[in-house]
Amino acid sequence: MGIKDRIAAVEATYGRLRALGRDPSRLEFQNVWSPTEATLEGRPMMLFGTNNYLGMTFDPEVLEAGTAATRALGSGTTGSRIANGSYGGHKALEAEITRFYAKQHCIVFSTGYVANVGMITALGGKDDVLLIDADSHASIYDGCKMADAETIRFRHNGPEDLARKLKRLEGHPGDKIIIVEGIYSMLGDTAPLAEFAAVKREAGEGVYLMVDEAHSLGVLGESGRGQCQATHVEDDCDFIVGTFSKSVGTIGGYCVSNLAGFDAIRSFCRPYMFTASMTPGTVSTARAAFRRMAERPELRARLWSNCSALYRGLGDLGFETGPEVSPVVAVKLRAPEIAVALWNRLIDEGVYTNIAIPPATPNALSLLRVSVSAAHTETQIERALNIFASVGAELGIIEPGAGRAERFHVITGGAAAKAGGRTRPAPQGPASAAATT
Amino acid sequence: MATADDIEARILALLTAKVKQDVAVTRDTNIVADTGLDSVSVMDFVLELEDEFDINIPLDRIAEVKTVADLAAAVQDLGGSS
Ligand SMILES: Cc1ncc(COP(=O)(O)O)c(C=O)c1O
Repeated sequence: MGIKDRIAAVEATYGRLRALGRDPSRLEFQNVWSPTEATLEGRPMMLFGTNNYLGMTFDPEVLEAGTAATRALGSGTTGSRIANGSYGGHKALEAEITRFYAKQHCIVFSTGYVANVGMITALGGKDDVLLIDADSHASIYDGCKMADAETIRFRHNGPEDLARKLKRLEGHPGDKIIIVEGIYSMLGDTAPLAEFAAVKREAGEGVYLMVDEAHSLGVLGESGRGQCQATHVEDDCDFIVGTFSKSVGTIGGYCVSNLAGFDAIRSFCRPYMFTASMTPGTVSTARAAFRRMAERPELRARLWSNCSALYRGLGDLGFETGPEVSPVVAVKLRAPEIAVALWNRLIDEGVYTNIAIPPATPNALSLLRVSVSAAHTETQIERALNIFASVGAELGIIEPGAGRAERFHVITGGAAAKAGGRTRPAPQGPASAAATT
Repeated sequence: MATADDIEARILALLTAKVKQDVAVTRDTNIVADTGLDSVSVMDFVLELEDEFDINIPLDRIAEVKTVADLAAAVQDLGGSS
């Protein structure tokens, strides 16, 4: 199949979606003015489809740090750290992340994607074996494709399947590298890391565990280090990878480890060596965001109370959601067309979510990925749930539900219901008519 | 060690159970093009084969496979038995 065939195939797929409404690949926000608000199609939109878990993108101190560094040191580094040298900020950021994790080493990469591809190619040498969760992110699959090692896939969140696969490799001389994620980005489910760590320990020498905390950094664990911290297995996590593109609110990636000689990876890791380093602005933005994360633990508390409100709220309305309370709430739908219809109607009513349909989803699921931020207000969540209620009923996905005030009394302990005056009335039109029946 | 015919028969049985009834699955069936399974479902089918034959099937081996017969050859080559 040549490039023209591939273009035609994509055109056909998106053409079908476009025929049903908007093309998700062509949405354009004309303006974004807070972590949770933007303009789309000339209308204000509440953002429930970002990875801005802590709302860091508009923190005044973060913004100030980024702009000050850009003014002082320039807009870009124009090269890689190996060829063109590190700036002081790169080194300081690595030292600060090392301290944050209480590990010994850290390497910062240009993005989270690059961090995964870089670490996986560095770890997976010719006679080694990479064992990856079946629902791994594309950057993990791509790293495996690029690595010289063989890749074996085990069932999603299946430590038993991993154990069987490791057993079959007994006597195999190479390293075995197990790769999982903290929170999975589509369904919002967490990895059973204690079980994975036990399987790793059982498998003995030369078996390593790498955890991608992309969606769990700043979200899980006592000090926000992620699922490794939350499940008390940080000592078993040989390589923790993450990104600055979500809770940290900028762009860049990293890996921390206690492996002796870890820094030498910089000299053979091509995705570290052959791409430009983080800009002074993004480095300083990330440093400030880590600082703010430590100074403001209440952001994590807020995030989780918002998670519960959204997850319970959608569940109470009758939507089928993902398996656990999480900043990512998957709304599962019976068919791709229903997902497309719901996604479009939500945007009509001012709620932006992410749509995911096969083959981009595990188990041929059609879903809306609804994500929540510490920056969402109770009122925003209430308004979004009301719109979900009316549009969901209009499309026949859920039964027309209970009264609004009553529902919110349950979800938020009454705070939103008591502050009823702040609540904007549900939008007029056929959608809200359906909700009141 | 199972024979090539035996392996092929077991793969055909598992695959037939997985695809829609109106597709006849034979040793020459192209697993992606002819079965209506998407790429993710094919990968999940491989998980079933790994259990069935008690082997690990590396991803790069799957990339080379087109037909059921190719898959059976790969399974045999990887020591598929049980
Ligand atoms: C699990 C996971 N790993 C890695 C990445 C890549 O991160 P980045 O956006 O920094 O490239 C993402 C998100 O895109 C992700 O969801």
